[in-house]
Parts: sequence; C-alpha cells; structure tokens
Amino acid sequence: MRKLKHAFVIGATALALALSQNVVAQDKSIIVASTTSTVDSGLFGHLLPLFKAKTGIDVRVVSQGTGQALDTGRRGDADVVFVHARSQEEKFVADGFGVKRSAVMYNDFVLIGPKSDPAKVKGSKDITAALVKIRNAGAPFISRGDKSGTHAAELNLWKIAGVDIAKDKGPWYRDIGQGMGAALNTASASNAYVLADRGTWLSFKNRGDLIISVEGDKRLFNQYGVMLVNPAKHAHVKKDLGQSFIDWLISPAGQKAIADYKVGGEQLFFPNATVPGA
Amino acid sequence: MRAPDSGLPLQFEHTRVEAGNRRILDIEALTIASGAPTAVVGPNGSGKTTLLRIGMGLLKPTAGRVTWGGRENAAATRRAFLFQRPVMLMRSAASNIDYALASADVPRAVRKRKISELLALVGLSDFEARPARHLSGGEQQRLALARALARDPELLLLDEPTASLDPAAAKAVEDILREVAGRGIKIVVTTHDLGTARRLAGDVVLLHRGRVIEHTLSGIFFTQPKTEEARRFQAGDLLI
Amino acid sequence: MNMPASVCIFSEELTYAVTNAIKFRGVEIVFLSAFWMLITGDPALYRIIGLSLYVSLTATLIAALVGLPLGALLALKEFRGRIAAVVFVNALMGMPPVVVGLAVFLLLSRSGPLGSLGILFTPRAMIIAQAILITPIIAALARQTLADLWVQYRDELAAMNVSTAGSVATLLWDGRFSLLTALLAGFGRACAEVGAVIVVGGNIDGFTRTMTTAIALETSKGDLPLAIGLGAVLLVIVIAINAIAWAIRRTGERLAGAA
Repeated sequence: MRKLKHAFVIGATALALALSQNVVAQDKSIIVASTTSTVDSGLFGHLLPLFKAKTGIDVRVVSQGTGQALDTGRRGDADVVFVHARSQEEKFVADGFGVKRSAVMYNDFVLIGPKSDPAKVKGSKDITAALVKIRNAGAPFISRGDKSGTHAAELNLWKIAGVDIAKDKGPWYRDIGQGMGAALNTASASNAYVLADRGTWLSFKNRGDLIISVEGDKRLFNQYGVMLVNPAKHAHVKKDLGQSFIDWLISPAGQKAIADYKVGGEQLFFPNATVPGA
Repeated sequence: MRAPDSGLPLQFEHTRVEAGNRRILDIEALTIASGAPTAVVGPNGSGKTTLLRIGMGLLKPTAGRVTWGGRENAAATRRAFLFQRPVMLMRSAASNIDYALASADVPRAVRKRKISELLALVGLSDFEARPARHLSGGEQQRLALARALARDPELLLLDEPTASLDPAAAKAVEDILREVAGRGIKIVVTTHDLGTARRLAGDVVLLHRGRVIEHTLSGIFFTQPKTEEARRFQAGDLLI
Repeated sequence: MNMPASVCIFSEELTYAVTNAIKFRGVEIVFLSAFWMLITGDPALYRIIGLSLYVSLTATLIAALVGLPLGALLALKEFRGRIAAVVFVNALMGMPPVVVGLAVFLLLSRSGPLGSLGILFTPRAMIIAQAILITPIIAALARQTLADLWVQYRDELAAMNVSTAGSVATLLWDGRFSLLTALLAGFGRACAEVGAVIVVGGNIDGFTRTMTTAIALETSKGDLPLAIGLGAVLLVIVIAINAIAWAIRRTGERLAGAA
C-alpha cells in the first residue's frame, strides 16, 4: 500500500512538473487560425521567423479550412484569423467576432487536370466555360467539400457558369471533405480535375500526371484578409500582440516579405494591402 | 492497553454449509479448545477443508453459529491459515514474511528481527533473498508456515500441510509444528494421513459426510474407537 | 528555442532532392529521406520526435495512475454491475481518437466549460486527450492480467486480512512486469494516433507538431516519401521502446522470481 502511495506521489509530482514546464514558454505568443493554403505552401515558414526576429512574438498557426478557421475565431480559440473568403470575412466582422478586416495579399486559383485532358479544356482562359465542359464530359472532378475558401470559390464559379452543382452532380463529381493537399492527392491518384490555389499547387510534390489546365481568368482571383478576434467578445484575446502581427503584415516590411517568398523561382502571393477595396 | 480477548475456544453450533441442495457440512456441536493440536481426519470430501475455512472465518456457514472465545464477530487478527497449496507472493522469501508482518500491523522497526527469527524457525535462513517461487515444494510449505506465524496467531489452522510432500519434507514440517505447539499456539490440522494425526494430535475429530462421527482424545481414538466408521477408517477400509 | 524556419525548409528541400535523386533505384529507398534527416541531426525533426515522446509518455503516465488501480479494482472487487463495468471499459478501448479529440476540444475551447484554462492548441491539451483515449486500454488490459493473479492471491490475502486497497496495491506491485504490456499497448496507441492530437493540438509548427501530425501534413503536401519515411522513423522508435520494455520485463521477472 505504501509503495502505491509512493508511486502516486512520484507520478503526480512528475506530472505537475511536466505540465508546468511549458507555461513559461507561453509568454509572448499568439494563435493564428489560418488556411491550409498559407501553411502548406510554406508562406508562414518564411514569414514567421522574420516577424519573430523583429518582435520576439511566437506565432502559432493552426491551419484549417477558411470556414473552420473562422469558427475557431468565433469560439475565441484564436487571436487572429487569416483566411480567404471575403464575404464570410465581412460577415465575421459584421457579427462582431472580428474587429476589422484588413486586406493582405492575393494569389490565384488554377484549375488542375490530367495531361490527357478528357474534357478538352487545356489552355483555356475561361474558367466557367471549362467547368461546363467538364460537367458535359462527365470528367472526374474533385471538390474540397470542406467549407474552405477554395470550396466556396469553386461553388461560386459553378454558379457563375450556370451549373446547379447540387442538382447536376453525378458520380464524376467527388466531394471529399478534406484539405487542399488531400484533394490534390486524390486528383493525382484518379486523374481528375480540381480547383487549387496556386501556392499549394506549386509546393505540391505528388503531382503524377497533373498539370495546370486553366489559369489567368480574372474570376480566379483569390484575396486574403486578416482580422483580430474581437476582445469585446473574448476577453482573453491577446489584443496587442495580435494587432502587432496584423500591423506588421500590412506594413511595407511585411508586404515585402510576402512578395519575397518564392517557390522554384516563382512568386506565390502578391501583397495588396495598400490597394483600396481589396 | 489490555490484552486482546482470546479467540479460543473455537465453537461450532448447529453449523451447516449447503451448496445448492447438497449438504457439505452439518455439525451439531464441536468445541476446539486450547491445548495440544487437534487433528481433523476423514476421507476426501468429508468436509475437512470446509470446516477449517469456517474456523478461519473465510467462509460463512449457511446456518448455525461459529464463535471464537464466545464471540461471533471476533476479529481475525490472531488467527492464521495455511492452505494446502500455499501461493507465494512474487517476492523474495524475506519479503513474503515482511508482507504478512506488515498486514498484521507489526511496526517496521521490529520486522527485520522477526523475519530472521521466523526464517530460522522454519530453517530457511539461507534463503532470505531467494525469490519465493524458486523454492522447492517443501521449502515453500515451510515459508508459508513462517508467513502464517508472522501473524502471531493463537489459533493456527492448517489444511493438509504435508499432503504433497515427501517423507523428509513432511517430517521437517511436523517438527516445526511440534515446536510451534510447544509455544502455546493452538493448532488445528486436517489430514487424511493417520500417521500425522497420531504423531501430532492431542485430540482427533473424525468427519464423514460432513458430520462429526467421533471427537475424542488421540490416545482413545487410536486404541478404543467408539464407532464402526472410526474402526473401518483406521483399518484402511474405504469409507464412502 | 525556435529554430529559424529557413533551416527546416532548407533541410526539407535537401531531403526532397536526395529522395528524388535516389528514387528510381527502388521504392524502399524513399525511407532514407527521413533517416537522412535523423542522421544529419535535423533540429525540427528532433523537436517533433521529442514532443511526440513527451506527450505520449506523459499521457501514458497519467493513464497508468488512473487505469491501473481501476483495472485492479475491476479484477478483485465484487460489486453489482461489475460485468457491465468490464464490458463498458473494454468497449471504450475502441473509442475513435477523433471523437475523443472532439470531446476534449469542446471541453477546452474558449467557449467550452474549461475554456478559461486556455490550454487548447497546446501540448497539455494533447496529453489530456491521449490520456483519456488510453486509460480504458490500460484499465482493461490490467484487469485481464490482474484477474489471473487475483485467482492465485485471493485466499492468501483474505487469510492475511488484507484490505481492498492493500490488495490493489499488492496486485499492482506483484503484477508490475506483466502490466508493462498494458502500458506498452497504451503508449503504442498514444504514439500512433493522429485524430485526437491534430484536433486539440492544431499541428502548430514547432509547438504541437508530433510525428503523426507531421506525417498527415506531409501527406497533404503530397510529399509521400517524406511521410512514409517519418512513419518508418516512428516505427523504429516504437520498436526500440518496446524492446527496452521487454528487456526490463524479462530481467525484472527473473530477479523477482515471477516467471
């Protein structure tokens, strides 16, 4: 019996020590809920060390789909939300969950498809026409289906193309409910079309026979915005640290850092914080 | 502090044990008093082990009373039991005794001395640090005896302590029991070996089909048995 | 504390280059990429391994403190509904990690009942989730092991007047080497699961990224060789820990005479 008590005391002490250890490290840090595209493309890996060097603030990025990231902000589990779905962002601010939306940068979506191009859309600059052709050909198409910014953009493009995807979808339209990477992996494995953000595509390594089929359409423009979670809703939000991250992102230094990030010599994100109405 | 009440005599009154509708034990009256060892003999299945377990308080009778020193709910602090096949804890010989001492609330300070004494008593002084389960059958039986004695019992109940031992090992156990009895500890031992009963016991209880057939002094039991069953049992006839 | 990210990106690309260069020589060579990182002492990889071990070992410790006595009690205490309790604990072994993760997430979310602790997306949240996940495993396996031991010990301990708490302690102590198997099963499950830690930890680079969440991330980035390589490294670590534990068990059993 005494031995058991000893074990409990030792165990509990070790535990208390172990759990108290990382309290110290939590001093100067914020949590940013962002999207898979900014993390998987490596952008944050480039930005955060620069920001940390300047301010000493640890930025902890949780990567989720845009919808989920906004939810995380709504629950107060993040200090800053950094996503790409403008209408949802504006609603987030209007509902009082975010303080103010600031435009940060953009990149664009590209339609990825197999080299064999069964829907004959390769080289087109008209995304809606391409989508209609895919539908008509019944060529396999992977949808994120996860309420992410990319998913929202895809649904919006179907709508502009005049396709009621909820009604028209057949076995060719595969809704996987997963992140960008998983969607690209699935497309690669099944030679399907998929809408992706350029950043993730450029840093994606398991391409197989996939290539860019459609790019350059103005409607493929993809704007990123950043918001501080409203401290009036969630008192624990690290207002000052979070705001300094936002301020840095839209400062000349932050904007330059974004422009400087390249994969294979190609710029992934285009800063536009100073462009009115972005 | 006053001396604890004595747990003796051990008395059975109208004690019955039933399993389903089978009657395992049915004792009108039996008194086991302090003094020389009591041997409980009888063929297999006669209820010897059940009687012993009830005497220890490990088993509650279906009906009737069992009392220790006149009390029904006497604490079992000064009773000890040696099972026919004792189970050694997965520890050293010394730790096995230490465990029994600790569970009998013997203060830590005196345990070391008691362990040496008990190991010496059962002739296992050299095996102190040996894992108990690595000992031979006879050694384990003696260690179990030391463990039982660690409880400083006034009543020691032993279930066939020599049944699975060769003659030399059995003699070693019997010698210890004689020594223990000499210290005033009341021994109740079940056995189907009449030799053991003859050598050790002051009185003998013959059980047959759960009933006490005869309870008398050892000298009388072996020379002038009163019942037919006792005569036949001693003659080596099969009592069924 | 935090390594510059450029270092990990550099080594990641180096690894990728190496992997690509040797890929054509055979599938098995893809494993080399992660081992390459291991050998070259990639700090990001070591931090990930360190966090995985820290989280899973701490979770195992907590689960042991709860699960072992619980298993012992289920083995020896006779009470109404014991069989139902045993069935229940056994069933909980099959709990999907995601469900546990989600429950802990809702509990620890700022909008949840324990939100004020502010530990969502920290290693502590991951420890809690894993501890909850594996406590039933440890309890159920401990019960099984100790029930066998209890059959042997029950009468002896009863004759020595040992209390329930004392019996629990005795079973745990004397069964300690066999119980190692239960602990290893729990630890293995904790190490291998991804569903719970990714939900409550958030897979934050340098903070809550473990072996399994890193594997999930590399998979989603399409870097399948690196993902498989990391999986192989994880496997090697788990095998090493199991080997050590078995060695301890064998030696301990021999010395204690339990075998």
